[in-house]
Amino acid sequence: MVELVLFIIFGAASVAGAVTTVWARNPVYSALGLMLTMFSIAVFYVSSAGHFVAAVQVIVYAGAVMTLFLFVIMFIGVDKVEDRRETLPLQRPLAMGLLGLLAAGVLVAGREAWSTGRVRVGDPVNGTAEAIGERLFDEWLLPFEVTALLLIIAAAGTIALAFYRREDR
Amino acid sequence: MTVTPGWYMALAAVLFVIGASGILVRRNALVMFMSVELMLNAVNLSFVAAGRELNTLDGQISVFFVMVVAAAEVVVGLAIIVTIFRRRATASVDELSELKG
Repeated sequence: MVELVLFIIFGAASVAGAVTTVWARNPVYSALGLMLTMFSIAVFYVSSAGHFVAAVQVIVYAGAVMTLFLFVIMFIGVDKVEDRRETLPLQRPLAMGLLGLLAAGVLVAGREAWSTGRVRVGDPVNGTAEAIGERLFDEWLLPFEVTALLLIIAAAGTIALAFYRREDR
Repeated sequence: MTVTPGWYMALAAVLFVIGASGILVRRNALVMFMSVELMLNAVNLSFVAAGRELNTLDGQISVFFVMVVAAAEVVVGLAIIVTIFRRRATASVDELSELKG
């Protein structure tokens, strides 16, 4: 019952935040709408027993990533008005039609069979930091190490972009 | 009335489609980027819901990895946007046409 109430409230909040992200004229409102969606999704993680990923969601996504977004929005200016006229004919109706088809397809597939046939075994999940850590450093150790490499590459690439200057200046 | 994983799947599908429509109709590179983040979050939600239904933690581990990749992607993508802005003073993807054939 509690989960149903939470689902209704935060489901509406997440959809409202998502629509704000896409439709707001001011990018700052887009960022705030996305933040609302991320907090709502963190609530869904908690009600799905994902305590650790919920904490990471709030700290990394709603905290760090959105701060970075807001920083860049402020840096490159929010006063420019985006031209909303579509230059490609038929692009918008075509996009909306395809998206409606995609949504309908996913919803039908979700009603019928979304599972890949794996049987349900074991105890109900409890995603504490301890459980996630044991799993991460046991079966998922190699992917975990590769993410370290990925983050180093991203940091090096960002520094390279920041120091890039054209030759003719 | 209980909340089944199918409900979370439906919500994730709705959020994903809203994010995809943001990619298709907006022209501000930053807003398009935020739409990508929205789509990633929708997929994460479906991972957690499926993992809970199948009694496995692997869904949440996948969410962890998606978050790492998304963080790296945001850092590099925003650096590219800032670099483009320094040269062209625009964040609209329609005005970036140097690679047009």
